[in-house]
Amino acid sequence: MRTIFEQPREEPKAGCFTPRDAGSAESLGIESALLRQRPLRIPTVSEPIVARHYTALSKANFGVDDGFYPLGSCTMKHNPKLNEAVAALPGFTGLHPAAVDEASQGTLELLYELTALLQGVAGMAAVSLQPVAGAHGELTGMFLMKRYFEARGETQRKRMLLPDSAHGTNPASAAVAGFSVTEIPSDDRGMVDVDALRDALDETVAGIMLTVPNTLGIFEERIEEISAAVHEAGGLCYFDGANLNSFLGRARPGDMGADVFHFNLHKTFSTPHGGGGPGAGPVAVSAPLVDYLPVPWIVKKDDGFALDWDRPESIGAVHSFFGNVLVAVRAYAYFLRLGDEGIRRVGENAVLNANYLQERLKRVYRLTYDGLCKHEFVLSAKGLPNDISALDVAKRLIDLGVHPPTIYFPLIVPEALMIEPTETEGKEGLDRFVEAMLQIAEEAEMSPELLREAPHAPMRRLDQTQAARNPVLKHEF
Amino acid sequence: MPYIPNTDADRRAMLDTIGRSSLDELFSDIPQSVQDRFRPLGLESLSEMEVYGRLCELASSNAGAGMVPFAGGGVYDHYAPSVVSHLASRSEFVTAYTPYQPEISQGTLTAMFEFQTMVAELFGMDIGNASLYDGATALAEAAWMAERTRRRGRVAVSEALFPHYRRVLDTYAWGSDLELVEVPYLPNGRLDAEAVPSDLSALIVQTPNAFGVIEALDGLKDRLGDAFLVVSCNPISLGLLEPPGAFGADIVVAEGQALGLPMGFGGPLLGMFATRQEHLRQMPGRVAGRTVDADGTPGYVMAAQTREQHIRRARATSNICTNSALCALAATIYMGTLGGCGLRDVAAQCAQRAHTLAERIVEMDGFELAFGAPFFNEFVVKTTQAPQAVFERLREAGFLVSPPSELESLGLDGALRFAVTEKRTNAEFDQLVAALKGESR
Repeated sequence: MRTIFEQPREEPKAGCFTPRDAGSAESLGIESALLRQRPLRIPTVSEPIVARHYTALSKANFGVDDGFYPLGSCTMKHNPKLNEAVAALPGFTGLHPAAVDEASQGTLELLYELTALLQGVAGMAAVSLQPVAGAHGELTGMFLMKRYFEARGETQRKRMLLPDSAHGTNPASAAVAGFSVTEIPSDDRGMVDVDALRDALDETVAGIMLTVPNTLGIFEERIEEISAAVHEAGGLCYFDGANLNSFLGRARPGDMGADVFHFNLHKTFSTPHGGGGPGAGPVAVSAPLVDYLPVPWIVKKDDGFALDWDRPESIGAVHSFFGNVLVAVRAYAYFLRLGDEGIRRVGENAVLNANYLQERLKRVYRLTYDGLCKHEFVLSAKGLPNDISALDVAKRLIDLGVHPPTIYFPLIVPEALMIEPTETEGKEGLDRFVEAMLQIAEEAEMSPELLREAPHAPMRRLDQTQAARNPVLKHEF
Repeated sequence: MPYIPNTDADRRAMLDTIGRSSLDELFSDIPQSVQDRFRPLGLESLSEMEVYGRLCELASSNAGAGMVPFAGGGVYDHYAPSVVSHLASRSEFVTAYTPYQPEISQGTLTAMFEFQTMVAELFGMDIGNASLYDGATALAEAAWMAERTRRRGRVAVSEALFPHYRRVLDTYAWGSDLELVEVPYLPNGRLDAEAVPSDLSALIVQTPNAFGVIEALDGLKDRLGDAFLVVSCNPISLGLLEPPGAFGADIVVAEGQALGLPMGFGGPLLGMFATRQEHLRQMPGRVAGRTVDADGTPGYVMAAQTREQHIRRARATSNICTNSALCALAATIYMGTLGGCGLRDVAAQCAQRAHTLAERIVEMDGFELAFGAPFFNEFVVKTTQAPQAVFERLREAGFLVSPPSELESLGLDGALRFAVTEKRTNAEFDQLVAALKGESR
């Protein structure tokens, strides 16, 4: 694929995009040493070529609208077009963040209402919409826990417990906020080893970061026991909400003992993933942590909605303004469209789809932890004939028109294939995926080269090692 | 049910396959005590048309969206060519995720590579990443990266930093036990370089700063020893101004909203981040790199991933995962459409118009420029009137400026800040000046 720098360029003309009556930039009183000495080498490309170039790039991408996208842990559900339409309304997009409260009532009301809905989903005391991604929510959660222990004079609580199945962002978030990480092993059913957890608990433990259900797609059956043990030891429970889709409309993290819980609006609440953002990662907290939430708060007063900066116990701000507002607009539209009934159906169908796939695929692929799964499950490519790897399976799926599942995660399953169908795939699509996976298992035996050489289209397997060893990170002019 | 293709017959067939009799059974692993405590939201489902109507109603009660913005602070009312949102909203871009599978993510990856190139070129740096959340968190990540590399436990920060950036920096510094020391500004509005302390991991400077003043970056790096020079800048200004990289900056960050993104009440935004080649291993965030496929055809993949959380876990350079990819794509299309020449044109127009407005304001009695140093597209005027009263009067006349309390938090009383873009017209200047005089329109 050629880059924009290799396209035919236009003779640059001043005044194409701006009014012509403004005069020149001279005599602004800026010292000449501070003025750009060398012209920018970004080419001016004419609109027809720009349009073709980025349209061609888009065709070299695979999105949810292109086909099945069972990327485990990412909840690649359909992104409703209604959400895009309302988020593009000029009343939302054209609002500068300096607009004082009276001038931003519509957006403030929406944010207030969304906060209340998320609080209801969490079953917790309060919610902040400020974090703009899941990992940003985790970081905010770590700051909240740090603040809580500071206020209690328990600054020796520097250890964070994490199951060995945790997302990579969990240990990274804990570490950048100054916590050390202690890993808790999983038991033979893929759940937290509660005895090992109890052994690890002492007065140096700040808390536990737990993904519910866990990254194997298994619900922690002893969740109440786990949170009670952590609370008894003086710690706090952080629940990673990446997998909320699986118990929507059935259960609430607050009822399981969560003190901090982050949402991924771009997973559970249907806002687009955008090729890696922008998402949104609001956090919910239990009563003891409410005062520490980031500023500003969105509050309802007699005469309307307002931003409240006067929260002296707050950890402070974690975003330039008020979080990813246009993402919040999309999530709010999704809530209104679904209602309670729709929300319950989301969870049911997500779990039904996953169990259906698990049941059909476990006959051919190794399933490490058998039993009910929630919204996702993890197969292993280990044991396929001819040492076919998870990577080979993934690349062959590309040939067959499916986006591969998450591979090599969680780390506790060798050659992992982590599959999350979501509720927006229908049975017919699931059956096609099963056929593709069965075909691949057969090919692993009969024609393994086909797998090792996959994909065959749209391009061949890319060499990641070269990119890691000799990184070429920009176009050389 | 909206967005769910399964029919009742499908569900029955699937339950049969699984060997379960009901959907409820699929949730038998969630403790009953937890399920018993569940409470619904009390929310009814609306039709698509009703939801659209409700959201239109909310959008139309944002009076500020109809006001003429003279507010800035990192978010500006620039013009974005129509081609930007048209192309950036193609669903192959919008509905994809992180390009873990490069062979079917060449669109996202190529655009990341283009963006990195443009960021490096604009900032005068070796390497840019594929984006962070926003200008404020990009700056906080820069402070963390400098501290990771130099480990002196202390970072100096210019007092003339946007207050909303400072708030985020304060949170991140507290959260990681990093000490911040403030460097005051001179009467001309520029950093007091003589007052920069020693024994630092970094000095953080913003240009144009919170007063719109262009900092004199020349010679600053020489005062710092091996401490990082971290510069937060306005990307549009770099169409006209020498990039921070030319003055020896170690990290350059910016808020990229100005590059073709809507204001959106301040989010989503676009964090831009660039550094020097030797610091690549400490850089936060994703990067795309060029490679070849098995046939030797060039392509792009995520590169230098050993810095990242999904590989390195607790030892990662940053916890960042999802960032602002789609915003970076829009900015790439914006810059690709304008080119270097167009960016210079926009920058020059902004500066020229801001200077025109500034001249017209200070012609009036009771108004003067607060600072003598040159500015770009934002400037601060001192007024003999009560600034809050002026602010209210402007609002009633339909003009949006930043509340004076923001400047007060920087120790500047009796002052207002104006930001000007290429969109502001002479007719709007006439009306604004009239409103400042207290004349009705």
